[in-house]
Amino acid sequence: MGVLQPNTIALFVTCLVENMKPAVAFDAIALLEDAGYAVVVPANQVCCGQPNLNGGDRKNAIATARRVIDAFIHFDYVVVPSGSCGGMLKHHYPQLLAEDSDYSGKSARLAEKVFELSQFLTEVADYKPSAVNCEPVTYHDACAGLRELDIQSEPRQLLANAGVEITELEETESCCGFGGTFCVKYPDISAAMAERKVQDVLRTGADTLVMGDLGCMLNIEGKLHRDGHSVRVIHFAELLAASIPAPARGES
Amino acid sequence: MDVTSQNFIPLSELALDDDNLQEALKQLSGRLAAGRTASVTELPEFDQLRIEARDIKNHVLEHLDLYLGAFEQQVEKHGGTVHWASSEEDARQIVLNLCRSVNAKRVTKSKSMVTEEINLVPFLESHGLETVETDLGEYIIQLRGEKPSHIVVPAVHLSKEQVSETFFEHHRKFGFNEKNTDRGALVAEARHVLREKFVAADVGISGANFLVAETGTIVLVTNEGNAELTTALPNTHIVVTGIEKIVPTLEDVSTFVRILARSALGADISAYTSFITGPKRDGDLDGPENFHVVLVDNGRSEMLGGDFQDMLRCIRCSACLNHCPVYLSVGGHAYGSVYSGPMGAVLTPQLATLDATKHLANASSLCGRCESVCPVMIPLPQLLRQWRDKESEQKLNPAGMRWGLRLWAWLGQQPAVYRLITSIANQVLNRWPEQANGFIQKLPALAGAWTLSRDLRRPEQGTFSQQYRKAGGKRV
Repeated sequence: MGVLQPNTIALFVTCLVENMKPAVAFDAIALLEDAGYAVVVPANQVCCGQPNLNGGDRKNAIATARRVIDAFIHFDYVVVPSGSCGGMLKHHYPQLLAEDSDYSGKSARLAEKVFELSQFLTEVADYKPSAVNCEPVTYHDACAGLRELDIQSEPRQLLANAGVEITELEETESCCGFGGTFCVKYPDISAAMAERKVQDVLRTGADTLVMGDLGCMLNIEGKLHRDGHSVRVIHFAELLAASIPAPARGES
Repeated sequence: MDVTSQNFIPLSELALDDDNLQEALKQLSGRLAAGRTASVTELPEFDQLRIEARDIKNHVLEHLDLYLGAFEQQVEKHGGTVHWASSEEDARQIVLNLCRSVNAKRVTKSKSMVTEEINLVPFLESHGLETVETDLGEYIIQLRGEKPSHIVVPAVHLSKEQVSETFFEHHRKFGFNEKNTDRGALVAEARHVLREKFVAADVGISGANFLVAETGTIVLVTNEGNAELTTALPNTHIVVTGIEKIVPTLEDVSTFVRILARSALGADISAYTSFITGPKRDGDLDGPENFHVVLVDNGRSEMLGGDFQDMLRCIRCSACLNHCPVYLSVGGHAYGSVYSGPMGAVLTPQLATLDATKHLANASSLCGRCESVCPVMIPLPQLLRQWRDKESEQKLNPAGMRWGLRLWAWLGQQPAVYRLITSIANQVLNRWPEQANGFIQKLPALAGAWTLSRDLRRPEQGTFSQQYRKAGGKRV
């Protein structure tokens, strides 16, 4: 482990950020460092196991959960830029491992250290982001974050503190139709759900849609783009980190 | 239970293209979901009542034998009879025998999902009994030869114009030669036709929302008054309901009555809440001479003590349907079961076979809104996941999916291999030919289902791990 500074945060990057939009992780690191924390990225992290849990493969979800717990249990905090993967670590692991004599205690201990990014920044770090200059945005609450972690006021509070005005959707509690493999197993139903979300977004008149989960982001953004709408879709970390000096990136 | 859930995909495609249905679902989601929110907000203790309701049901399920026995004793004490039906066949036969024992020719029936579950009405009709649905929605779909598409508002899939056509076709024989299109006139027309049926019926069949063990009372929660005419006018009243509807006391009923109509329709209380205890007593001016309760098991006792026991708490309020984005996209008929939406997706595999109903647990984004509005706090997403586990165990889901998940989990144990594969995928997607403005427009295989109706953002050049390493980021 080496010697870690006190209050070290381990970033759980998540598969979609790792592979699709690394900028979200860099911006999350920038925000956490700006809040005064040291951030490390454990090298042996992969997936949280949610596809297995939701796909009827509980056995492998449990195996993956044990592995993630071993990789992250030694840190003071684990921060996840996703309510969905965060909900997996914080909400589902203790349930999955409730009967496991070795891991039930560990999963509960890990759960106490796990925070979704907006919850960490507001509840633990009491972070006041720098002002961001932009037109009013609208905000989509991703389902897992909303219902498993009760993330609702935190991202709104961060955006408000940065001076960003939110024009709310009519249906703040409706699923966008992503649902992991649901979107490819039942593409027509998923598309109908995405279409309703897109219409709701367009009705707000906002030119930017902000949210905190990459799965929903890719889904709504992909639908908006396919239908020829130019609404910008970004993670709140990207919006909030825009005004702080970017950490060095290896992006070519 | 007969289902057509095997056809979930083609039925859902039909539903998505059905403009009438889509308009009806839009109305439903606006009206009922918004109504629930408003009426729940007015009751500060609503969440506390949910906990109480959950605990009452859990307590009953732990001691179901005891409470069923007590209920039977009380019914008999008041002059009624309890009949036990272990299967839907048994239940149908018991009801038919009861009808024959009083030489019944005409039967009226108020709304009951259990009678839909056991397909009672077609059975009685095939044995020569004229059996008329008296709930307006049920009456409409009976005329049309359809199944309910919603557990509380069974004809919600139909427009006023479709009802008008149906009445015009079926009511001419009663002297209605004009096509009514006004809602009030349509209701009056049905009321006129049904009034004759109520008066002529030999047997009235109802369901029950609650069975009170303490008193042997059945409780009916309705809005149209048809159940009162169905249960009070004929000489024989037969209650057909599930064994899980028991609550210990009348006091407990009040807990449920406070949350049921709010959850279902956003109403403080339903128009009618009727408490019926036994047949007509000496001195009563009306009521049936004979009172029977047929308690249907049909797979319920198998759920006791098992992975799906929580589902037996369900009070059939329909909040989970009214808030489900999948139900609100495809309506009830796509599920191929009289029980639709999240509660139907959990209950139907238990009542039919998992093989025939395997789509139902999968056709969910697991968004969790159902659980958040359930008045008895059933963990519906968790129960859907449990059905998915069973499908895997029984190899009912596609082999490709099972192997794909295994491969994914294996990669999760091999970070180096994972990073190699994802870095190659990153390069492939970055050089993908079918892309424009940073978005990929067409992908093959399973990913092609994504690009049917959506584009995919082209990934950044290089994975996070690659970029982080280049930047000299701290790795531990």
